[in-house]
Amino acid sequence: MDLTLKVWRQNGPNDKGRIETYPVSGVSPDMSFLEMMDMLNDQIIRDGGDPVAFDHDCREGICGMCSMFINGEAHGPNRGVTTCQLHMRSFKDGDTITIEPWRASAFPVVKDLAVDRSAFDRVIQAGGYISVNTSGETLDANAIPVPKAQADEAFNAATCIGCGACVATCKNASAMLFVSAKVSQFALLPQGQPERASRVQRMVDQMDKEGFGNCTNTGACAVECPKGIDLSNIARMNRDFLSASASEE
Amino acid sequence: MSNTGILKSSLAKKYVMALTGLFLCLFLAGHLAGNLQLLLKTGEAGQQAFNEYAEFMTTFPLVKLLSYLTYASVLFHVIDGIVLSMQNRKARPVGYVKENGAANAKWSSRNMGILGTIILVFLVSHMQTFWYKMHFGAMPMHNGLKDLHTVVVEFFSPDNSIGLIAVVGYVLAQAALAFHLSHGFQSGFQSLGFRHAKYTPVIEKAGMTFALLVPALFAAIPVFLYITQL
Repeated sequence: MDLTLKVWRQNGPNDKGRIETYPVSGVSPDMSFLEMMDMLNDQIIRDGGDPVAFDHDCREGICGMCSMFINGEAHGPNRGVTTCQLHMRSFKDGDTITIEPWRASAFPVVKDLAVDRSAFDRVIQAGGYISVNTSGETLDANAIPVPKAQADEAFNAATCIGCGACVATCKNASAMLFVSAKVSQFALLPQGQPERASRVQRMVDQMDKEGFGNCTNTGACAVECPKGIDLSNIARMNRDFLSASASEE
Repeated sequence: MSNTGILKSSLAKKYVMALTGLFLCLFLAGHLAGNLQLLLKTGEAGQQAFNEYAEFMTTFPLVKLLSYLTYASVLFHVIDGIVLSMQNRKARPVGYVKENGAANAKWSSRNMGILGTIILVFLVSHMQTFWYKMHFGAMPMHNGLKDLHTVVVEFFSPDNSIGLIAVVGYVLAQAALAFHLSHGFQSGFQSLGFRHAKYTPVIEKAGMTFALLVPALFAAIPVFLYITQL
Protein backbone atom coordinates (compact mmCIF):
# COMPACT_ATOMS: atom_id res chain seq x y z
CA MET A 1 0.00 0.00 0.00
CA ASP A 2 1.12 3.54 -0.75
CA LEU A 3 -0.14 6.20 1.65
CA THR A 4 0.12 9.93 2.23
CA LEU A 5 0.40 10.79 5.93
CA LYS A 6 -0.43 14.24 7.26
CA VAL A 7 1.13 14.26 10.73
CA TRP A 8 1.00 16.95 13.44
CA ARG A 9 4.58 17.99 14.27
CA GLN A 10 5.30 20.12 17.33
CA ASN A 11 8.78 20.48 18.86
CA GLY A 12 7.57 21.12 22.40
CA PRO A 13 4.75 22.48 24.55
CA ASN A 14 5.45 26.07 23.51
CA ASP A 15 5.95 25.43 19.80
CA LYS A 16 3.04 26.45 17.58
CA GLY A 17 3.14 23.19 15.62
CA ARG A 18 2.10 22.39 12.05
CA ILE A 19 0.92 19.54 9.83
CA GLU A 20 3.65 17.90 7.76
CA THR A 21 3.08 15.58 4.82
CA TYR A 22 4.97 12.30 4.39
CA PRO A 23 4.55 9.82 1.53
CA VAL A 24 4.99 6.20 2.73
CA SER A 25 5.19 3.27 0.33
CA GLY A 26 5.28 -0.50 0.77
CA VAL A 27 2.93 -0.61 3.76
CA SER A 28 1.55 -4.11 4.42
CA PRO A 29 -2.20 -4.37 5.12
CA ASP A 30 -1.29 -6.77 7.96
CA MET A 31 0.69 -4.09 9.82
CA SER A 32 -0.81 -2.45 12.86
CA PHE A 33 -1.14 1.33 12.73
CA LEU A 34 1.77 1.70 15.16
CA GLU A 35 3.97 -0.60 13.04
CA MET A 36 3.19 1.67 10.13
CA MET A 37 4.26 4.64 12.31
CA ASP A 38 7.49 2.76 13.16
CA MET A 39 8.05 2.37 9.43
CA LEU A 40 7.52 6.10 8.91
CA ASN A 41 9.99 6.91 11.70
CA ASP A 42 12.56 4.52 10.22
CA GLN A 43 12.20 6.37 6.94
CA ILE A 44 12.50 9.80 8.64
CA ILE A 45 15.63 8.71 10.58
CA ARG A 46 17.26 7.39 7.37
CA ASP A 47 16.58 10.79 5.76
CA GLY A 48 18.30 12.45 8.74
CA GLY A 49 15.12 13.89 10.28
CA ASP A 50 13.58 13.91 13.75
CA PRO A 51 11.24 10.91 14.25
CA VAL A 52 7.59 11.48 15.17
CA ALA A 53 7.05 11.21 18.95
CA PHE A 54 4.00 9.13 19.92
CA ASP A 55 2.91 7.23 23.03
CA HIS A 56 2.68 3.43 23.04
CA ASP A 57 3.45 0.57 25.37
CA CYS A 58 1.76 -2.84 25.41
CA ARG A 59 0.55 -2.79 21.79
CA GLU A 60 -2.26 -5.19 22.66
CA GLY A 61 -5.01 -2.77 23.66
CA ILE A 62 -4.81 -3.00 27.44
CA CYS A 63 -2.41 -0.31 28.66
CA GLY A 64 -4.15 2.83 27.34
CA MET A 65 -0.96 4.55 26.19
CA CYS A 66 -1.54 4.90 22.44
CA SER A 67 -3.48 8.04 21.66
CA MET A 68 -3.83 9.12 18.06
CA PHE A 69 -6.65 11.10 16.48
CA ILE A 70 -6.82 9.48 13.05
CA ASN A 71 -8.88 10.96 10.21
CA GLY A 72 -11.02 12.92 12.66
CA GLU A 73 -11.68 10.09 15.13
CA ALA A 74 -9.98 8.93 18.33
CA HIS A 75 -8.15 5.62 17.67
CA GLY A 76 -9.27 5.81 14.02
CA PRO A 77 -12.40 4.65 12.18
CA ASN A 78 -12.96 1.25 13.86
CA ARG A 79 -15.01 0.66 17.01
CA GLY A 80 -13.89 -1.04 20.22
CA VAL A 81 -10.17 -0.87 19.43
CA THR A 82 -7.19 1.24 20.41
CA THR A 83 -4.75 2.64 17.82
CA CYS A 84 -2.39 -0.31 18.35
CA GLN A 85 -5.22 -2.72 17.47
CA LEU A 86 -6.08 -0.81 14.30
CA HIS A 87 -4.66 -2.49 11.21
CA MET A 88 -3.72 -1.03 7.86
CA ARG A 89 -6.29 -3.29 6.14
CA SER A 90 -8.85 -0.77 7.44
CA PHE A 91 -7.41 1.71 4.92
CA LYS A 92 -7.13 1.68 1.12
CA ASP A 93 -4.11 1.99 -1.13
CA GLY A 94 -3.60 5.66 -2.02
CA ASP A 95 -5.40 6.97 1.10
CA THR A 96 -4.42 10.21 2.79
CA ILE A 97 -4.45 9.80 6.58
CA THR A 98 -4.47 12.77 8.97
CA ILE A 99 -2.89 12.02 12.37
CA GLU A 100 -3.23 14.48 15.27
CA PRO A 101 -2.68 14.44 19.04
CA TRP A 102 -5.57 14.44 21.58
CA ARG A 103 -6.78 18.05 21.81
CA ALA A 104 -7.68 19.44 25.26
CA SER A 105 -6.28 22.19 27.45
CA ALA A 106 -6.07 19.54 30.22
CA PHE A 107 -3.92 17.36 27.89
CA PRO A 108 -1.09 19.69 26.76
CA VAL A 109 1.05 18.46 23.88
CA VAL A 110 4.49 17.27 25.03
CA LYS A 111 5.87 16.66 21.55
CA ASP A 112 4.25 15.81 18.20
CA LEU A 113 1.51 13.24 18.98
CA ALA A 114 2.39 12.68 22.65
CA VAL A 115 0.24 14.51 25.21
CA ASP A 116 0.47 14.85 29.00
CA ARG A 117 -2.43 12.89 30.51
CA SER A 118 -1.37 13.30 34.15
CA ALA A 119 -4.65 15.19 34.73
CA PHE A 120 -6.27 11.72 34.80
CA ASP A 121 -3.78 10.58 37.45
CA ARG A 122 -4.68 13.56 39.63
CA VAL A 123 -8.41 12.75 39.27
CA ILE A 124 -7.65 9.19 40.48
CA GLN A 125 -5.50 10.52 43.33
CA ALA A 126 -8.41 12.70 44.42
CA GLY A 127 -10.64 9.71 45.21
CA GLY A 128 -10.28 6.77 42.81
CA TYR A 129 -9.39 4.29 45.53
CA ILE A 130 -10.74 2.59 48.64
CA SER A 131 -9.04 3.06 52.02
CA VAL A 132 -8.21 -0.33 53.56
CA ASN A 133 -5.91 -1.34 56.34
CA THR A 134 -3.18 -3.49 54.78
CA SER A 135 -1.71 -4.64 58.10
CA GLY A 136 -2.15 -8.25 57.10
CA GLU A 137 -5.59 -8.80 58.56
CA THR A 138 -7.42 -7.40 55.53
CA LEU A 139 -10.72 -9.10 54.75
CA ASP A 140 -10.43 -11.23 51.62
CA ALA A 141 -12.42 -9.44 48.90
CA ASN A 142 -13.77 -12.82 47.75
CA ALA A 143 -15.34 -13.33 51.17
CA ILE A 144 -17.67 -10.35 50.63
CA PRO A 145 -20.85 -11.39 48.79
CA VAL A 146 -21.53 -9.27 45.68
CA PRO A 147 -24.57 -9.86 43.45
CA LYS A 148 -23.50 -11.11 40.02
CA ALA A 149 -25.17 -8.24 38.10
CA GLN A 150 -23.45 -5.64 40.32
CA ALA A 151 -20.10 -7.37 39.99
CA ASP A 152 -20.42 -7.46 36.19
CA GLU A 153 -21.36 -3.77 36.02
CA ALA A 154 -18.45 -2.80 38.28
CA PHE A 155 -16.10 -4.87 36.16
CA ASN A 156 -17.41 -3.27 32.95
CA ALA A 157 -16.66 0.17 34.43
CA ALA A 158 -13.24 -1.03 35.59
CA THR A 159 -12.23 -2.01 32.05
CA CYS A 160 -11.57 1.70 31.36
CA ILE A 161 -7.88 1.93 30.45
CA GLY A 162 -7.71 5.72 30.85
CA CYS A 163 -6.52 6.35 27.29
CA GLY A 164 -8.39 9.66 27.05
CA ALA A 165 -10.24 8.90 23.80
CA CYS A 166 -13.43 10.17 25.48
CA VAL A 167 -11.85 13.58 26.15
CA ALA A 168 -10.30 13.69 22.67
CA THR A 169 -13.63 12.85 21.02
CA CYS A 170 -15.92 15.09 23.08
CA LYS A 171 -16.62 18.41 21.38
CA ASN A 172 -16.19 20.00 24.83
CA ALA A 173 -13.10 17.97 25.84
CA SER A 174 -15.12 16.65 28.79
CA ALA A 175 -13.74 13.84 30.96
CA MET A 176 -17.15 12.70 32.22
CA LEU A 177 -16.95 9.17 30.77
CA PHE A 178 -13.52 8.48 32.32
CA VAL A 179 -14.35 9.98 35.72
CA SER A 180 -17.78 8.31 35.86
CA ALA A 181 -16.26 4.90 35.06
CA LYS A 182 -13.74 5.35 37.87
CA VAL A 183 -16.49 6.50 40.25
CA SER A 184 -18.81 3.65 39.21
CA GLN A 185 -16.36 0.78 39.63
CA PHE A 186 -16.37 1.50 43.39
CA ALA A 187 -19.94 2.82 43.72
CA LEU A 188 -21.23 -0.58 42.55
CA LEU A 189 -19.28 -2.65 45.09
CA PRO A 190 -19.69 -3.02 48.88
CA GLN A 191 -16.06 -1.99 49.41
CA GLY A 192 -16.75 1.35 47.75
CA GLN A 193 -19.68 2.38 49.97
CA PRO A 194 -17.90 4.02 52.98
CA GLU A 195 -16.28 6.70 50.79
CA ARG A 196 -18.95 6.81 48.09
CA ALA A 197 -20.16 10.39 48.73
CA SER A 198 -16.78 12.03 49.34
CA ARG A 199 -15.22 10.14 46.41
CA VAL A 200 -17.61 11.45 43.78
CA GLN A 201 -17.31 15.01 45.12
CA ARG A 202 -13.52 14.97 45.23
CA MET A 203 -13.16 13.42 41.79
CA VAL A 204 -15.65 15.82 40.16
CA ASP A 205 -13.93 18.77 41.87
CA GLN A 206 -10.55 17.64 40.54
CA MET A 207 -12.03 17.06 37.06
CA ASP A 208 -13.29 20.66 37.05
CA LYS A 209 -9.97 22.01 38.35
CA GLU A 210 -8.08 20.32 35.53
CA GLY A 211 -10.07 22.37 33.03
CA PHE A 212 -12.00 19.64 31.25
CA GLY A 213 -15.21 20.80 29.54
CA ASN A 214 -18.81 20.09 30.48
CA CYS A 215 -21.00 17.19 29.34
CA THR A 216 -23.54 17.89 26.57
CA ASN A 217 -24.68 14.24 26.49
CA THR A 218 -23.82 13.90 22.79
CA GLY A 219 -22.77 10.31 23.53
CA ALA A 220 -19.72 10.59 21.23
CA CYS A 221 -17.38 9.43 24.03
CA ALA A 222 -19.15 6.09 24.44
CA VAL A 223 -19.13 5.49 20.67
CA GLU A 224 -15.37 6.04 20.41
CA CYS A 225 -14.39 4.35 23.71
CA PRO A 226 -12.18 1.34 22.90
CA LYS A 227 -13.53 -0.46 25.98
CA GLY A 228 -17.23 0.18 25.44
CA ILE A 229 -17.76 2.17 28.66
CA ASP A 230 -21.38 3.31 28.42
CA LEU A 231 -23.37 6.40 29.32
CA SER A 232 -25.13 4.79 32.29
CA ASN A 233 -21.91 5.48 34.22
CA ILE A 234 -22.30 9.22 33.58
CA ALA A 235 -25.92 9.09 34.77
CA ARG A 236 -24.79 7.21 37.91
CA MET A 237 -22.17 9.88 38.63
CA ASN A 238 -24.73 12.68 38.09
CA ARG A 239 -27.03 10.88 40.55
CA ASP A 240 -24.33 10.20 43.14
CA PHE A 241 -23.00 13.77 43.01
CA LEU A 242 -26.50 15.20 43.47
CA SER A 243 -27.21 12.92 46.40
CA ALA A 244 -23.76 13.53 47.96
CA SER A 245 -24.21 17.29 47.66
CA ALA A 246 -27.71 17.15 49.12
CA SER A 247 -26.57 15.23 52.21
CA GLU A 248 -23.22 16.91 52.82
CA GLU A 249 -22.45 17.43 56.52
CA MET B 1 -15.77 17.35 51.58
CA SER B 2 -16.32 19.34 48.45
CA ASN B 3 -13.66 21.95 47.77
CA THR B 4 -15.50 24.07 45.28
CA GLY B 5 -19.12 23.59 46.35
CA ILE B 6 -22.03 22.29 44.33
CA LEU B 7 -22.97 25.65 42.81
CA LYS B 8 -19.62 26.08 41.10
CA SER B 9 -19.48 22.50 39.89
CA SER B 10 -19.81 21.59 36.22
CA LEU B 11 -22.48 19.06 37.20
CA ALA B 12 -24.58 21.68 39.02
CA LYS B 13 -24.61 23.81 35.86
CA LYS B 14 -25.98 20.80 34.01
CA TYR B 15 -28.66 20.24 36.67
CA VAL B 16 -29.76 23.86 36.14
CA MET B 17 -29.81 23.38 32.35
CA ALA B 18 -31.89 20.21 32.74
CA LEU B 19 -34.39 21.56 35.28
CA THR B 20 -35.00 24.86 33.46
CA GLY B 21 -35.11 23.08 30.08
CA LEU B 22 -37.64 20.49 31.22
CA PHE B 23 -39.75 23.18 32.88
CA LEU B 24 -39.73 25.15 29.61
CA CYS B 25 -41.00 21.98 27.86
CA LEU B 26 -44.04 22.15 30.17
CA PHE B 27 -44.42 25.83 29.31
CA LEU B 28 -44.32 24.99 25.58
CA ALA B 29 -47.10 22.43 26.02
CA GLY B 30 -49.25 24.97 27.90
CA HIS B 31 -48.57 27.76 25.40
CA LEU B 32 -49.42 25.46 22.49
CA ALA B 33 -52.71 24.41 24.08
CA GLY B 34 -53.71 28.09 24.20
CA ASN B 35 -52.53 28.86 20.68
CA LEU B 36 -54.41 25.92 19.19
CA GLN B 37 -57.64 27.86 19.82
CA LEU B 38 -56.62 29.96 16.81
CA LEU B 39 -56.89 26.80 14.68
CA LEU B 40 -59.83 25.08 16.31
CA LYS B 41 -62.27 27.99 16.63
CA THR B 42 -62.71 30.58 13.88
CA GLY B 43 -64.91 33.63 13.38
CA GLU B 44 -66.53 35.68 16.13
CA ALA B 45 -66.63 32.78 18.65
CA GLY B 46 -62.92 32.10 18.09
CA GLN B 47 -62.04 35.75 18.55
CA GLN B 48 -63.99 35.91 21.84
CA ALA B 49 -62.54 32.64 23.17
CA PHE B 50 -58.94 33.58 22.33
CA ASN B 51 -59.26 37.06 23.86
CA GLU B 52 -60.79 35.61 27.02
CA TYR B 53 -57.90 33.16 27.18
CA ALA B 54 -55.35 35.99 26.73
CA GLU B 55 -57.09 38.01 29.46
CA PHE B 56 -56.99 34.98 31.79
CA MET B 57 -53.28 34.35 31.06
CA THR B 58 -52.28 37.92 31.93
CA THR B 59 -54.39 38.36 35.05
CA PHE B 60 -54.96 35.04 36.89
CA PRO B 61 -52.56 34.99 39.90
CA LEU B 62 -51.40 31.36 39.57
CA VAL B 63 -50.69 31.84 35.87
CA LYS B 64 -48.80 35.05 36.69
CA LEU B 65 -46.68 33.11 39.16
CA LEU B 66 -45.97 30.46 36.53
CA SER B 67 -45.08 33.17 34.04
CA TYR B 68 -42.45 34.62 36.43
CA LEU B 69 -41.05 31.12 36.82
CA THR B 70 -40.93 30.87 33.03
CA TYR B 71 -39.05 34.20 32.66
CA ALA B 72 -36.58 33.04 35.31
CA SER B 73 -36.14 29.68 33.57
CA VAL B 74 -35.43 31.32 30.23
CA LEU B 75 -32.94 33.67 31.86
CA PHE B 76 -31.08 30.93 33.76
CA HIS B 77 -31.17 28.55 30.78
CA VAL B 78 -29.62 31.24 28.56
CA ILE B 79 -26.99 32.50 31.04
CA ASP B 80 -26.04 28.97 32.11
CA GLY B 81 -25.82 27.93 28.46
CA ILE B 82 -23.48 30.82 27.65
CA VAL B 83 -21.25 30.05 30.67
CA LEU B 84 -21.10 26.34 29.75
CA SER B 85 -20.29 27.14 26.09
CA MET B 86 -17.50 29.52 27.10
CA GLN B 87 -15.98 26.91 29.44
CA ASN B 88 -16.24 24.27 26.73
CA ARG B 89 -14.47 26.50 24.24
CA LYS B 90 -11.69 27.11 26.77
CA ALA B 91 -11.33 23.37 27.36
CA ARG B 92 -10.12 22.94 23.76
CA PRO B 93 -8.12 26.03 22.77
CA VAL B 94 -6.53 24.31 19.74
CA GLY B 95 -9.00 22.46 17.54
CA TYR B 96 -8.50 19.53 15.20
CA VAL B 97 -7.44 19.97 11.58
CA LYS B 98 -9.76 17.10 10.69
CA GLU B 99 -12.71 16.23 12.94
CA ASN B 100 -15.41 13.74 11.98
CA GLY B 101 -18.13 14.71 14.45
CA ALA B 102 -20.87 13.06 12.41
CA ALA B 103 -19.23 9.66 13.01
CA ASN B 104 -20.19 9.52 16.67
CA ALA B 105 -22.89 12.05 17.57
CA LYS B 106 -26.09 13.54 16.18
CA TRP B 107 -25.94 16.97 14.55
CA SER B 108 -28.48 18.46 16.96
CA SER B 109 -26.49 17.36 20.04
CA ARG B 110 -23.37 19.05 18.64
CA ASN B 111 -25.13 22.34 17.87
CA MET B 112 -27.32 23.02 20.90
CA GLY B 113 -25.74 26.47 21.42
CA ILE B 114 -26.40 27.62 17.85
CA LEU B 115 -29.96 26.21 17.93
CA GLY B 116 -30.55 27.88 21.29
CA THR B 117 -29.32 31.22 19.93
CA ILE B 118 -31.75 31.01 16.99
CA ILE B 119 -34.58 30.28 19.45
CA LEU B 120 -33.51 33.23 21.65
CA VAL B 121 -33.52 35.65 18.69
CA PHE B 122 -36.98 34.38 17.77
CA LEU B 123 -38.13 34.73 21.39
CA VAL B 124 -37.08 38.39 21.58
CA SER B 125 -38.86 39.26 18.34
CA HIS B 126 -41.90 37.15 19.32
CA MET B 127 -42.26 38.83 22.73
CA GLN B 128 -41.84 42.25 21.20
CA THR B 129 -44.62 41.54 18.67
CA PHE B 130 -47.23 40.03 21.03
CA TRP B 131 -46.19 39.91 24.70
CA TYR B 132 -44.96 43.53 24.95
CA LYS B 133 -47.94 44.86 23.03
CA MET B 134 -50.39 42.90 25.20
CA HIS B 135 -48.76 44.08 28.44
CA PHE B 136 -47.60 47.62 27.71
CA GLY B 137 -48.64 48.64 24.15
CA ALA B 138 -51.76 50.19 22.65
CA MET B 139 -54.24 47.38 21.96
CA PRO B 140 -57.49 47.40 19.95
CA MET B 141 -60.51 46.47 22.10
CA HIS B 142 -63.29 43.94 21.44
CA ASN B 143 -66.25 43.39 23.80
CA GLY B 144 -64.30 45.09 26.59
CA LEU B 145 -61.26 42.81 26.19
CA LYS B 146 -57.83 43.50 24.68
CA ASP B 147 -58.19 42.15 21.12
CA LEU B 148 -55.04 40.01 20.85
CA HIS B 149 -56.85 37.82 18.33
CA THR B 150 -56.99 40.64 15.77
CA VAL B 151 -53.38 41.61 16.45
CA VAL B 152 -52.23 38.01 15.76
CA VAL B 153 -54.44 37.48 12.70
CA GLU B 154 -53.42 40.81 11.15
CA PHE B 155 -49.73 40.17 11.85
CA PHE B 156 -49.69 36.84 9.96
CA SER B 157 -51.61 38.31 7.03
CA PRO B 158 -50.74 38.94 3.36
CA ASP B 159 -51.90 42.54 4.01
CA ASN B 160 -49.04 43.02 6.49
CA SER B 161 -45.92 44.14 4.58
CA ILE B 162 -43.74 41.75 6.62
CA GLY B 163 -46.45 39.08 6.97
CA LEU B 164 -44.76 36.53 4.72
CA ILE B 165 -41.33 37.11 6.32
CA ALA B 166 -42.95 36.67 9.74
CA VAL B 167 -44.51 33.34 8.74
CA VAL B 168 -41.27 32.02 7.20
CA GLY B 169 -39.24 33.22 10.21
CA TYR B 170 -41.72 31.59 12.58
CA VAL B 171 -41.54 28.25 10.76
CA LEU B 172 -37.72 28.32 10.65
CA ALA B 173 -37.55 29.11 14.38
CA GLN B 174 -39.85 26.16 15.08
CA ALA B 175 -37.53 23.93 13.04
CA ALA B 176 -34.63 25.07 15.24
CA LEU B 177 -36.79 24.35 18.31
CA ALA B 178 -37.53 20.85 16.99
CA PHE B 179 -33.82 20.02 16.66
CA HIS B 180 -33.08 21.62 20.07
CA LEU B 181 -35.79 19.54 21.75
CA SER B 182 -34.85 16.32 19.93
CA HIS B 183 -31.62 16.33 21.95
CA GLY B 184 -32.56 18.45 24.95
CA PHE B 185 -35.60 16.53 26.20
CA GLN B 186 -33.87 13.19 26.81
CA SER B 187 -30.54 14.88 27.65
CA GLY B 188 -32.21 16.64 30.59
CA PHE B 189 -33.07 13.31 32.20
CA GLN B 190 -29.51 12.00 31.71
CA SER B 191 -28.05 15.17 33.32
CA LEU B 192 -30.25 14.65 36.37
CA GLY B 193 -29.00 11.07 36.63
CA PHE B 194 -32.22 9.42 35.52
CA ARG B 195 -31.30 6.39 33.43
CA HIS B 196 -33.30 3.21 33.49
CA ALA B 197 -33.16 0.09 31.31
CA LYS B 198 -36.93 0.13 30.81
CA TYR B 199 -37.89 3.83 31.07
CA THR B 200 -35.01 5.56 29.25
CA PRO B 201 -36.08 4.21 25.82
CA VAL B 202 -39.61 5.44 26.61
CA ILE B 203 -38.24 8.91 27.52
CA GLU B 204 -36.23 8.99 24.29
CA LYS B 205 -39.32 8.12 22.20
CA ALA B 206 -41.47 10.61 24.11
CA GLY B 207 -38.78 13.27 23.57
CA MET B 208 -38.68 12.69 19.83
CA THR B 209 -42.49 12.76 19.60
CA PHE B 210 -42.59 16.00 21.63
CA ALA B 211 -39.80 17.50 19.50
CA LEU B 212 -41.67 16.78 16.26
CA LEU B 213 -45.25 17.41 17.32
CA VAL B 214 -45.04 20.61 19.39
CA PRO B 215 -43.01 22.75 16.93
CA ALA B 216 -45.05 21.38 13.98
CA LEU B 217 -48.34 22.42 15.61
CA PHE B 218 -46.92 25.83 16.60
CA ALA B 219 -45.75 26.39 13.01
CA ALA B 220 -49.08 25.26 11.54
CA ILE B 221 -50.92 28.23 13.14
CA PRO B 222 -49.28 31.19 11.32
CA VAL B 223 -49.23 29.16 8.08
CA PHE B 224 -52.98 28.50 8.46
CA LEU B 225 -53.72 32.15 9.30
CA TYR B 226 -51.73 33.40 6.29
CA ILE B 227 -53.22 30.95 3.78
CA THR B 228 -56.82 31.55 4.91
CA GLN B 229 -56.36 35.30 4.40
CA LEU B 230 -54.92 35.07 0.87
